[in-house]
Amino acid sequence: MAYNCVVPIKQVPDTKRITGEAMNDDGTVNRGALPAIFNPEDLNALELALAIKDKFGGKVTVITMGLPAASAILRESLYRGADETILITDRRCAASDTLATSYILSCAIKKLEYDIVLCGRQAIDGDTAQVGPQLAEKLGVTQITYVEELISLENRLITAKRNTGNGWQEVKCKLPVLLTVIGEANEPRVAAAKKLMKYKKARTPIEIQMQLKLDNPHAKDDELKELVQTKVKELEEKGLLIKQWDLDHLKADLQWCGRDGSPTKVHRIQSVVLTARDSKTVEPSEQGVADMVHELISDKTIS
Amino acid sequence: MANFYKDNDDIQFLFKNMDINNVAGIMEEGFKFAKEFDYAPANAAEAIENYELILDSLGRLSGDFIAPRSEDIDKQGSRLNEDGTVSYADGIKDSLDMLAKANVMGFTLPHRFGGLNFPNLVYSIANEMVSRADASLMNLFGLQGIAETINAFASEEIKQKYLHEFAAGKVTGAMVLTEPDAGSDLQSCKLKAFQDDSGKWYLHGVKRFITNGCGEVLLVLSRSEPDRSGGLGLSLFICDRGPTVHVRRIEDKLGIHGSPTCELFFDNTPCELIGERRRGLAPYVMSLMNGARIGISAQSIGIGEAAFRVARDYAASRKQFGGPIEKLPAVRDMVIDMKLDIEVARALLYETSRVVDYDVGYAKKLEFNPPTDKEQLKAIKEASRRYGRYAGMLTPMTKYYSSEMCNRVAYNAIQILGGSGFMRDYPCERFARDARITTIYEGTSQLQVVAAVRGVCSGTAEKYLQEFAARQYEPQVKDLLDILKQGTELLFKAAAFAKETGVDYMDLYGRGLVDIAISLICGYLFCGQASNKFDMEVDIANGKSNNGQSQTISMKKRKEMIARRYITKNAAMTKSLVDMILSGDRSTFEQYQALAGPVPQEK
Repeated sequence: MAYNCVVPIKQVPDTKRITGEAMNDDGTVNRGALPAIFNPEDLNALELALAIKDKFGGKVTVITMGLPAASAILRESLYRGADETILITDRRCAASDTLATSYILSCAIKKLEYDIVLCGRQAIDGDTAQVGPQLAEKLGVTQITYVEELISLENRLITAKRNTGNGWQEVKCKLPVLLTVIGEANEPRVAAAKKLMKYKKARTPIEIQMQLKLDNPHAKDDELKELVQTKVKELEEKGLLIKQWDLDHLKADLQWCGRDGSPTKVHRIQSVVLTARDSKTVEPSEQGVADMVHELISDKTIS
Repeated sequence: MANFYKDNDDIQFLFKNMDINNVAGIMEEGFKFAKEFDYAPANAAEAIENYELILDSLGRLSGDFIAPRSEDIDKQGSRLNEDGTVSYADGIKDSLDMLAKANVMGFTLPHRFGGLNFPNLVYSIANEMVSRADASLMNLFGLQGIAETINAFASEEIKQKYLHEFAAGKVTGAMVLTEPDAGSDLQSCKLKAFQDDSGKWYLHGVKRFITNGCGEVLLVLSRSEPDRSGGLGLSLFICDRGPTVHVRRIEDKLGIHGSPTCELFFDNTPCELIGERRRGLAPYVMSLMNGARIGISAQSIGIGEAAFRVARDYAASRKQFGGPIEKLPAVRDMVIDMKLDIEVARALLYETSRVVDYDVGYAKKLEFNPPTDKEQLKAIKEASRRYGRYAGMLTPMTKYYSSEMCNRVAYNAIQILGGSGFMRDYPCERFARDARITTIYEGTSQLQVVAAVRGVCSGTAEKYLQEFAARQYEPQVKDLLDILKQGTELLFKAAAFAKETGVDYMDLYGRGLVDIAISLICGYLFCGQASNKFDMEVDIANGKSNNGQSQTISMKKRKEMIARRYITKNAAMTKSLVDMILSGDRSTFEQYQALAGPVPQEK
């Protein structure tokens, strides 16, 4: 029995490669200074979807909401074995918090046929872990969060092991279901060479437009439009066109999108600068360790 | 997060300095495959883009996935189960699965079988990276020559039956050649191949030391002509590892623990003939072995690179006498020599791979698509012959040099780590154990020298070196070119003398002659690298200047320094080797009994 999987993914700044210019003076992330990468746990979600496809058949659709540059992680999904990819890009999506994001994603996913939605547990830039659960609520499907292992899948019944922090829980439910997947679940596969060679040329319409504008700086608007149409058609025929949707296409209620749809208010931003100052030597003895533990308890580092 | 392609400046520099454009054109036969296969490149630029994309991806797989498993692979090894099956170490199994998913198990196979149709040059780079991550895995990843041999010599039916499966990574193979009494001397193979009344072939007998003998598809060299001794009585067969093939034991060995070495018993195993009868050893197995030798050369460089990196790090961080040990003259000299040794071997391997790609390309063109113009045909025939001879000389040279190199480097890596290097806490002892087989299998160093010295003494080397001398170089290396020219003259004086004195004398001093020839070829290759169009900036040792910025140097400039050190030091070695060869000393032949003494006996 085949299962259709949908994997919502996110392009994030690589927070592991923090350099001096990683933060702006106002405490926000300087996205320009950090390389943009495929959110690590989204790769685990994609790997689980691909493993389901390898074993049971079905289709893997990958979807992301973001800037045109986010097309890059859709291509990476194609290299690994995704069947279809969709970019949701629209200026009116800007400033969406987790609630607005999950609303927009739910509008898109409702347009697809799916049995299982697989999200990474959380993105490394926000660390909220909210979008997956909110999305499940908006789709009206069961959710299993913190999945570390898919135990079985038969007769539209899924059994998964979820990590509870200090142990695990085995959970069983009917499809459709939304899973949020943790890093321990698997080791994501790398790009498949032949797919890499083929899909390196896959593009979204917006990328095609931006590139053609760059290549033809003096072209008039209607000329450019025609060039774009020709190229879009060419890529479509070769199966190299990445789908692109906007909020109109999704028939999304605009008051639930972008800034208007985002109740999150930033209360305060604290810029934490860690610098090494004093150091203290702890004697490698029973007494030394006991003193250190006391000190850590009294300043509430551990409790 | 490690990427064995991106973290290796030398590989990237060499890749950009080779004439990949031409190699890509040869492989893609004028880029005619793009119409039929959506992933085949439409032009040279796209082919090169593909090569780099896949090397980058494989570099990451090697660094992030394979390398972290290598210690456990070495500890766990392979296991022969009671039911006669063989289990790989977990890390090998997982890595093979990942390599199959990455579509790289049909690296050089044609598009039509689902392969990537990549040139040997790119395959060598891939082999080096995989081997740096885990040398024993390379024995499985690097066995793709088996599929290539099927592609080159088997019938279309056999190709269709097996090659799709190889390219998809669903099966692995083994070269089943060695027997208890037929090691280096394969002509004396005894394993029997016979036909039943219907003409169907069967195999019966024992093979030993078979790398991955538990693989699903076996290429077996066997005696199909019972009345004929020697190589002409041998044919090559293919069979599945079915119930009549028994793994009798797997060897307990010094290194490359992840690669199972099997003893096989064939009990009337049904099989199919590859190509024609009596051509099993020459040309089929010879061709298979030549590919495998280039593979072992790449494996050796991977081991050398891995060992060097540990030693380099240790030399900078280990403090004795109030400073890092790399301040000690003996240590820093050793570090430089190790690094250069690797770069020499890499330059020679890539050049050999390029020459082999040309050789294969010309042969293919003559066979399938010969030009109608007579002059053109003549030119291609000439080039094909010439490249065939170059490949015949360079292949044993690179196998010999790289394998000896990685033993030197791995041995010295332990030396630099001192007592720590001797302990299992560091991987250097594993690198040294893994390195040890490389000078032995696929033809010992001694046999490589015998094969290479014929090229050195027959005029092939002379012609090849003349081609180098006629190229354009930067004026900065002019004095070095003069030294190489003098060296070339000395080499041919010694070669002529050895040849005149007799074949046994030529073989006796073969190593010296081959060493000189390699040093001249690689001297020219370094001068070429120092003169090339492409350049890149690379970090220099612990390069932090006062303002905290990292210090870099132009790679071309660095290669010029290497050329200078390498060529001037070798000039002295060449002179002394030539003196030794010209001495005419035959004591090895005449005084063996007295000098070697008797075979030890209990008294």
